[in-house]
Amino acid sequence: MSFLSVKNLTLRLRDNRAPLLRDVSLEVSAGEVHGLVGESGAGKSMIGKAVLGILPRAVEIAGGEIWLDGVDLLTLPPAARRKRVGGLAALIPQDPLTALNPSRRIGPQITDRLVDILGWKRTEAEARALDLLGEVQINDPARVMRQYPHELSGGMRQRILIASAFAAEPKLIVADEPTTALDVTVQKQILRLIAGMQARHGTALLFVTHDLGVVSKVCQSLSVLYAGRILEQSTVRDFFAAPTHPYSAALLGATPKYTDPEGSLTPVPEAIIARLRAEIAAYDEAHHG
Amino acid sequence: MFWQKLIARIGTTAVTLIGVAVIVFVVIRVVPGNPVAMMLPPGATEADVARLTALYGLDKSIPAQFLIWVQGVLQGDFGTSITTRQPVLDLVLGRLPATLELSIMALVMAVIIGGIAALTGTRLRGTKAEGAIDVANGMALSVPDFLWGLALILLFGVLVPVFHISGRVTPSLDLPFTTGFYLFESLFRLRFDLWADIVSHMLMPALALAIPLAAIIGQLLKQSLKETMHLDYVTLSRTKGYGENHVITREALPNAILPTLTLVGVQFTFLIGGTVIVERLFSYEGLGNMAIDAVINRDLPLIQGIVILFAVIFTAVNLVVDLLYTVLNPRLRHG
Amino acid sequence: MADLTDGRGAVKRRIGTRLWLAGGWLTLLLLAAVFAPLVAPQDPLAQDLFLTRLPPFWEEGAEAGYWLGTDSLGRDVLSRIIYGARLALVVALVAGSITCLIGSALGLMAGFLRGWVDLVISRLIDIWMAFPPVLFSILLIAVIGPGLHSIILAIVIIDWTRFARVVRAEAMAQGAMDYVASAQVAGRGRIGTMLREILPNVLPTIVVLLTLEMGIAVIVEAILSFVNLSISTDDPTWGGMIAEGRASVYQAWWVLVFPLITLFLTVLAFSQLGEGLKDRFDPVLR
Ligand SMILES: Nc1ncnc2c1ncn2[C@@H]1O[C@H](COP(=O)(O)OP(=O)(O)OP(=O)(O)O)[C@@H](O)[C@H]1O
Ligand SMILES: [Mg+2]
Repeated sequence: MSFLSVKNLTLRLRDNRAPLLRDVSLEVSAGEVHGLVGESGAGKSMIGKAVLGILPRAVEIAGGEIWLDGVDLLTLPPAARRKRVGGLAALIPQDPLTALNPSRRIGPQITDRLVDILGWKRTEAEARALDLLGEVQINDPARVMRQYPHELSGGMRQRILIASAFAAEPKLIVADEPTTALDVTVQKQILRLIAGMQARHGTALLFVTHDLGVVSKVCQSLSVLYAGRILEQSTVRDFFAAPTHPYSAALLGATPKYTDPEGSLTPVPEAIIARLRAEIAAYDEAHHG
Repeated sequence: MFWQKLIARIGTTAVTLIGVAVIVFVVIRVVPGNPVAMMLPPGATEADVARLTALYGLDKSIPAQFLIWVQGVLQGDFGTSITTRQPVLDLVLGRLPATLELSIMALVMAVIIGGIAALTGTRLRGTKAEGAIDVANGMALSVPDFLWGLALILLFGVLVPVFHISGRVTPSLDLPFTTGFYLFESLFRLRFDLWADIVSHMLMPALALAIPLAAIIGQLLKQSLKETMHLDYVTLSRTKGYGENHVITREALPNAILPTLTLVGVQFTFLIGGTVIVERLFSYEGLGNMAIDAVINRDLPLIQGIVILFAVIFTAVNLVVDLLYTVLNPRLRHG
Repeated sequence: MADLTDGRGAVKRRIGTRLWLAGGWLTLLLLAAVFAPLVAPQDPLAQDLFLTRLPPFWEEGAEAGYWLGTDSLGRDVLSRIIYGARLALVVALVAGSITCLIGSALGLMAGFLRGWVDLVISRLIDIWMAFPPVLFSILLIAVIGPGLHSIILAIVIIDWTRFARVVRAEAMAQGAMDYVASAQVAGRGRIGTMLREILPNVLPTIVVLLTLEMGIAVIVEAILSFVNLSISTDDPTWGGMIAEGRASVYQAWWVLVFPLITLFLTVLAFSQLGEGLKDRFDPVLR
């Protein structure tokens, strides 16, 4: 069985029951990198948040299963679930500027999980943090550990967040557009860093992005999302050779080069969008009624 | 940068204090009726009045009086009280500890009550309990200390008489104190019997002062906690396996406190200002109570001294809060 | 889904009831004050040494016609509360409005004109903030002598900073916005811009502050009569009744309780009115 297996996950808004994810299923095996692509608002981040148990309060799980390392997380009581996710998975967030606590030093922010949740000795945790900061190519890690976030650049902070994500040797990392908040020159370095770390540590990666070019480089498999529905799921090789869904084909056809630096998805023909909308409406009709 | 800021702040503080001194000085010298005439026995002659007026320097022009007064102040002489004929400084410093103890106790209570309200409200956000906390906060905020004091007198002084509602300490008790800080000194001397008596006297006036401030703290802190709870680093700490309580107290709270702190500084000076009437209400022997007596008795030097002392305390509190903000904010500390 | 209400609607409804309750109480008070001679069951000044400290109507020993009991001089508590509302409301309306006018004008000038005007006004605000307000008001009354005019004057002198501080900050924020710049480009003068462009945008805040200030004025009046510095000692005032009630709280609790409840409700009503208006004016909730 896959390491992460999401089955028929349906999310909706608590107050008006508008669906955000519709019957989403996906599998990520150990060590695999799976890309989640789709336009803004498609629900990519919601999948990652559901797995990590950090859905916004306004959103509720209406159905489905989330199996992580052989256990359905949704059947666990909250405390047990937190502990399990905290030990097995980690998040590389989108915006490194807001993802570090401004009033705490860097060191404890990397080691806290190891000490508080996993019961490491503080000295071991600190040694581990130093190692990892070296691995993400930070000079003078010992000094950085004593600094506050505002003293560091965006690229530095993202490196720290990556080190922090890998600190507990998680089996799965959710990376939610980990480079969009950085400037273009830094983006490439960070991307290479994540790919390298992933390969060395053998971590499975759920990689959320707008950028098909990045997917083609980093991922082994991918899911294309539209309005909370998965339109297509395949290996990267098959997908780029011959996408099955017209929407994906349009996306791909419209992308002149895989390495489009802006990474944005280019317009999809009206006709295809109209057909998708109708499909979604029909789905909602059938499942809501 | 820090020192520059400090010096600039001390400069404006000095200007403010001089302004306060000038205003008090002018205002109380417009008092109709000669305060000296009132303190003499009915049979006193014009000459007696004139002699005493000259003794207190009240026959000179207002600017001249001001200069004399400033000269004295610089030498630590705030003049002599007209009613008790004791040095103003002694009188004022004698009462200061009582008011300080009361204000600090009220501040501590406000921080505890307001903090608990904010944390509970955040923990239970979205539930009916949060709504109830908000409503209670709103009520506590709109009713001033004077009315809370009266309500507490009725509730815990009359209806369920569990606390003292008058004075600072039971008069029949023997007090071994050498300082005016009864609350602290009784603890220090391990006289827990006295301590309990003093606390029982202070609790109601302190609570009356604390309630509005607690409400402000509760509201501000909860609001800034709520904003903080949406930030990415809070979410990130959830993915690490931490529970709600840890996330609120360890990740959100330290960052939510700062914006609250600046506002609490000003509010604390309001609290200290409130001691004037609350001390009166509870016949608590502090500065405020003495101030009202001084006004009623037209004791000009004493009024002057008390108002200046209050102004010094107010500006000092604001100064300390400003500096505290700088020290607590890592962004400014290493900026 | 018709049965599921929007959260925002619920908030608005709650504000509605709050506004109604607050407005209702204040209207009642206003009517009682205006028609005091008609509605008061007794003469508020009439002393009767045979009817001292009568309890309220539901207690043993009460007298008909003295619904809320009498004080130690045999004066009817209810009638004194009704007559006391006259002074309280006059002070609230007059002192509140004058304070509002002066404080807002100074705040507006400081916040929009900036420069030395702002420097002077801000310094004054700083100095004012260093005075304990209650002590300051007591001092002022002692100096200018008791009486209605003195109370109003004292409140104005002490509280103008409440308006000035907030309006200054608001005017400053508004002054930085683009619409102000375009008005000036269009050829409007400084004063014209201040009155035509800034003032209307600051007005909601001023109105809210005004209602809050009215509540504060009522309290200040009560505090001054409590320390016996309000108007003549005979005239019924809530604060004066409270002072007397505080002194005899063990013998006749009702002399303290009823004026206190009245004061509580009035202060609460003014502030709820202010809060309600604030929410009404808040574009997010509107
Ligand atoms: N806190 C929230 N409360 C309610 N709805 C939300 C919330 N956050 C997101 N949504 C809605 O959920 C849907 C999916 O959002 P999601 O963040 O997963 O999109 P995304 O695919 O990650 O988009 P992007 O590329 O912009 O990050 C969107 O329609 C969005 O409006
Ligand atoms: Mg997203």
